[in-house]
Order: sequence, then structure tokens, then C-alpha cells
Amino acid sequence: MLNPPERNDDANLPTAARDDGTGAEVPLSVYDLTVAYHRKPVIWDVGFDLPAGQLIGIVGPNGAGKSTLLKAVMDLIPRASGRVRVFGDTYRENRHRVGYVPQRESVDWQFPVSALDVVAMGLYDQIGWCRPVRKKHREQARDALGRVGIGDLADRQISQLSGGQQQRTFLARALVQDADLYLMDEPFAAVDAATERAIVEILRDLKERGKTAAVIHHDLQTVPEYFDHVVLLNMRVVAQGPVSQTFTQDNLQKTYGGRLTLLDEVTEAMRRRESSL
Amino acid sequence: MTGEPLVAWIGQMLPLGFSWSWGLDGWIVVIGSLAAVASSLLGNFLVLRKMSMLGDAITHAVLPGIAVAFLLTQTRSSPAMFVGAVIVGLLTAVFTEWIRGAGGVDEGASMGVVFTSLFALGLVILVQTADAVDLDPNCVLYGSIELTPLDTVSVGGRDVPRAAVVLAVVTVVNALFVLLFFKELRLTSFDPALATTMGFSSKWMHYGLMILVSVTAVACFESVGSILVVAMFIVPAAAAYMLTDRLGVMIAISVALAIVSAVLGHVLALSVPAWMGYRSTTTSGMIAVAAGGLFFAAATLGPRHGVLVKLVRRQLLSLRILCDDIVASLFRGEELEQPPPTATWLAGELFASNWSMKTALAMLRRRGEVADQDDRLQLTHVGRERGQRLVRSHRLWEQYLVDRAGSGAERIHDQAERFEHFTDRNLRDELAKETDTPVEDPHGRPIPDES
Repeated sequence: MLNPPERNDDANLPTAARDDGTGAEVPLSVYDLTVAYHRKPVIWDVGFDLPAGQLIGIVGPNGAGKSTLLKAVMDLIPRASGRVRVFGDTYRENRHRVGYVPQRESVDWQFPVSALDVVAMGLYDQIGWCRPVRKKHREQARDALGRVGIGDLADRQISQLSGGQQQRTFLARALVQDADLYLMDEPFAAVDAATERAIVEILRDLKERGKTAAVIHHDLQTVPEYFDHVVLLNMRVVAQGPVSQTFTQDNLQKTYGGRLTLLDEVTEAMRRRESSL
Repeated sequence: MTGEPLVAWIGQMLPLGFSWSWGLDGWIVVIGSLAAVASSLLGNFLVLRKMSMLGDAITHAVLPGIAVAFLLTQTRSSPAMFVGAVIVGLLTAVFTEWIRGAGGVDEGASMGVVFTSLFALGLVILVQTADAVDLDPNCVLYGSIELTPLDTVSVGGRDVPRAAVVLAVVTVVNALFVLLFFKELRLTSFDPALATTMGFSSKWMHYGLMILVSVTAVACFESVGSILVVAMFIVPAAAAYMLTDRLGVMIAISVALAIVSAVLGHVLALSVPAWMGYRSTTTSGMIAVAAGGLFFAAATLGPRHGVLVKLVRRQLLSLRILCDDIVASLFRGEELEQPPPTATWLAGELFASNWSMKTALAMLRRRGEVADQDDRLQLTHVGRERGQRLVRSHRLWEQYLVDRAGSGAERIHDQAERFEHFTDRNLRDELAKETDTPVEDPHGRPIPDES
């Protein structure tokens, strides 16, 4: 059950990294990624390639480092080591092609903006510095709200939306970004059944248009139904691949079964040693 | 000043009851307004970013910057003072971040450490030099807005108070900042992570805001003092937040409130002590008091968060529920073919107070839902339809709770009693569908059709 901290199997060796630059079409390639908070690793030696044009579930227990992984990919938090390639280049170079859907709880929903304002934020990059949001942008945002099924709520202040409607607003904002790779942090968390169906619908639509979406997901029951590919994460990549082969009882047991307590112990010892110096 | 006749006319028209000199009081109001507007423009974003305390910290912490710059240059108007303040202001923001990150202390504590240390350092320097130079620690802390019209510079051949010129420049700069970066400020304040992924660095917006807060604090400190400037940053913006749910409107309201508080503050400073037989009091203090009063009014009367509005809304809701209960109760009585009840009997049955029963009945009579027959209450046709809808909702809910939610039959009445008031046609149709269109509720009573 307990795995040593060093890289342990082929699953962790991404092809793009091996073939040195031939993976230009790989939407996201992560190699040897380690992120630490206060010297304590949150994810350790993570590596994978995401297949283009598929829906990918990122699955793992609480504290497995799923959100941290997405944030580290987008340079939102510093990496201790490792390399990230987005469509064959650095994230910085290709950030226009990446759409991010943060966790719903990450923002203040009392903020004085309407749903339409929030969706229009997805266009700010395109609008550019110091230029105002124009009518055509608002029309685009209104369309996107229509696509997620809440076009009639465009002018509501966001605290007056239900949880599901707030999540849809976030998705509409990602849609107007018109990215090629979407990174979504728990879009299915605490939403009603209708919203869940709507999100699945949107994901499938994205796939149909050749987009790739990596989605942090909690509900194991629905993984085979919603996703083509799965990355099982618990501090490191336990397994990854097509759902049919990877999403097995055995792999789930490895992912959820035991915390890597020896790893915790050694890092704790390291921390104590170093802080006493 | 221009338009002397006009000014004289306004002076006559205003029944102020105290002496008012436009050359002096006029400028005080202008300077107070400029300080309040410049501050509250930025204050909106301090409030929304939940950084009000950092604004507080910076306005205090700029003191050593001012003191050192003053020591070096020996003048009060020098740009060196702004430079010194900006450096220390930024250091406050950086130190706060740093102590929080490195020390694992929470933000409030690390801010408390940084700004009190810097403020104290500034005070020490100031007191040491106060004898040697013309800078009074009291003025720095509380401001001396009453004296600002005396220190003038020549602008286009006219003598204008130096403070008014400085504050006008700062106000224009802040207004341009908010206008030009409105979109960026909105995004980085609402969702800093997304902003950063889009290349609008929320860190740089943060420090840009902090620079302007420092500059504004210095520009204001001479007039209103480094303590009261905090009120100008936060209070109008916080009040505006209670009054609207649109960012642009919030900023506009905060500016209006800032001006009102400045004017009101000076008028109060002149008039209130006079009523009590004293000479006038400090204007900057009164501006802060006026702003506080406006905030209190906004908190009480605001349409979204206002206490009064909430109270009225709650009263209206409970009145509507009582109306529902009366109608439903009359409907059930008719169903059982009981004689129509009196108002007093019904009030006792529904645990309603005399007053609320009277109000509810008045409402029902006006809407033509209940009619009087001698001293008995009877449903009209319209009222019967409303009762039918309510009873249908109630019994459908009971059926649903037993059928689908697995509740015990003895506990469902109270829940259905609550839900029936919030159930519309759509929800009733859904309920009927979910429970296979029942004709009887779990107690065996008939579920009436949709009226």
C-alpha cells in the first residue's frame, strides 16, 4: 500500500517529456511537478500527459492536491520543481488557450456585480488593458448565459443566484473565453441535478468542438459516465489512462486506501530538523 | 472668487444661523470634499477587497515617511514628502505580506505589528523635530483644515489654498485610475486567481492601489489628519455598498456621500457648538461624524441590507402568511360545512394578535377575498379560489412528504403548513406529477383540483 517517494512506474513518465518536443498537440504535459507549502510537499513528482479532445477527470481524496495541481499548472502558486507544457510551450506563452473555472467558494458572491458582468470578465483578456466592456461583449456574455440555460438571469446580482446558477455563471464565463483547454475545479460540487445535467451537456459540447477539459471531480459513481480519461491523484499520480482500463477497484483502493504516512513522516522530520538549525 | 453677487445671494438665502465667510468656509468645504472624494474613490476597492484594515495601516504608517522627508527637506509642500510616504506605504503592504507568509501570523496581527511600529517611529521622529521645525504633531494626527485656506499659492494669477491644489490633483489622478482601470480593478477584486491567469496581475493592481492610497493619505493628512483619513477611505464606500448592488453605482454613491459628509461636517462644526454655547469645533472630526451618521442611515434604510427594510419585509411576509391562514381556515370550514366563524374566534384559532388580525382582514376585504355577513366571515368567490389553491398545496405536500420523503404521518402537517405559503402553480404541478396525481392526502382528506 505504501509507495516510496521516488517515481515508481511508467504511468508517471509522460511521452511528451520522453520524446522531447514531439508532443506539440498534447494540451497539457506535466513532468516531475512538486509543489510544497512551508516545505511540506502537497504534490510530489507528478507527471502525466492529457490526451487532446477528451474529457478528463482528476480524481482523488481530500487533500490529495488536486486544486494545487491546477493552480501550479497556471503559475498561480510557485512550483518547487518540475515542468509544465501547454500545447507544447510554457503556460505563459499559451495562456490565451486555457480557460479556468475556479472553485465556487473562491470568490465573494456578495460582490456588487451582475451575472452578466461576471461572464463578461471572460472577455477581459481579449478586450485588453484600459478598454471598456462594449455592447458587443455584453451580447456575447448574454449568449453564453443562454447557452448554460440562465439567459433570463443576466441582470441579477450574483448573490441572488442559487448555487447551481452561480456555477453555471462561472461556466458561461469560461465558455466566452473560447479556450482550447479548460481546467475546472469541482464544477459539480453542491449543484442541483438540473445544473449537473447542464454541465455534462456543456462538457460534451466542448468535446464535440475538439476542446479538452480537465475536471476535478468528487463523485466516483459518475466518473465512467462523464469522462473518457482519468488521472487518479493522491500527492502523486497513482494511475492515469482511459477510464475503462484505469478506473479499477484496485487503482481506487491505492488512491483512497492509505495516506502516504511514511512520506508524511519523513517530510515532517525534515521540517523539524531544518527549522531547528 | 467669481460671481460675488451670486455668493452673497446664496449667503443670504441659507438660514445657517452662524457667520459664514465664502473666502474661508467655502474653501474649507471644497478642501474637505476633495479629500473625502479622493479617499472614497479608492476606498470602494479597499472595502470590496476586504482590505479596509490595510488602508488603516497604511494611512498610519506613512507617518515616518513624511517625518523623514520633512526632516531632510524642511518644507511641507515638497514632492519628497509624497515619495517618502509612498515608499513607507509600500513597505507596509510588503512587510504585512511578508510577516504573514514567513511568520505564519494572520493578516490582522501582522498588520498590527507593522503599522503600529512604523506609526510610533514616525511619532518619535516628529516629536524630536517638532521644536526645530514648523510641523505640529497634533496637526499631523488631527489635521488643521481650518487653517488650510491661509496657506495659498498663485494659480493663474489667483490665490488658491495650496491644499486645494494638491488635493485636486490627487482627486483627478484617483478618478483617472478608477476610470481607466475600472475593468481591471473589478476583475482583480472579484476573482484575483482568474485575473492572474488572464495576465492582469492582481499583485500589481494591489500595489498600484497601495501607492495611490499612500499618496492620498499624505495629501489628506494635512487637512484631516492621519487618523480621520481612514474614515474618509472606508465610511462613504461602506455606506454605498449597503445602498446598491452595482459597482459603478456604488462608486458614484460613495463620491456623493463623501461630498455630502464634507459639507454637512463643516456646517455641523460651525452650528452644533453654537447651539450649546461653545465656539466652533474641529471640522475634520465633524466630517467623520457626519460620514458615520450617513453610514448609520444607509445601514438602517438601505434597500438591500437595511435593517428597516428587512423589518418591514418580515412584517409584510408574516401578514401575507396570516392572510393565507385565514383564507385556508375559512375554506376548510366550508369543506366541513361548519357555520362561518367570527373574527375573534378565528384570531384565537390562528394565535393572531388583535392588531395583525385587523390588518389582515382589512387587506382581505379590500382585495375582495373575504366578506362580512353580520359578524361572521365568509369567503367570496375569489377568496375561495385562493383557499382552494392553499389547501391543495398543503395536502399535496403532505402526500409528497409521506410518499417520496418517507416522513411519518404525524410530523408532516407542520412542514406542509410552512411550505404551502411558498408554493406556486408550477411547484404544485410538479408535486402532483411526482405523487402520481393523488385524490386524497395521507389523512384521507380530498385534495381539491386546481382552481
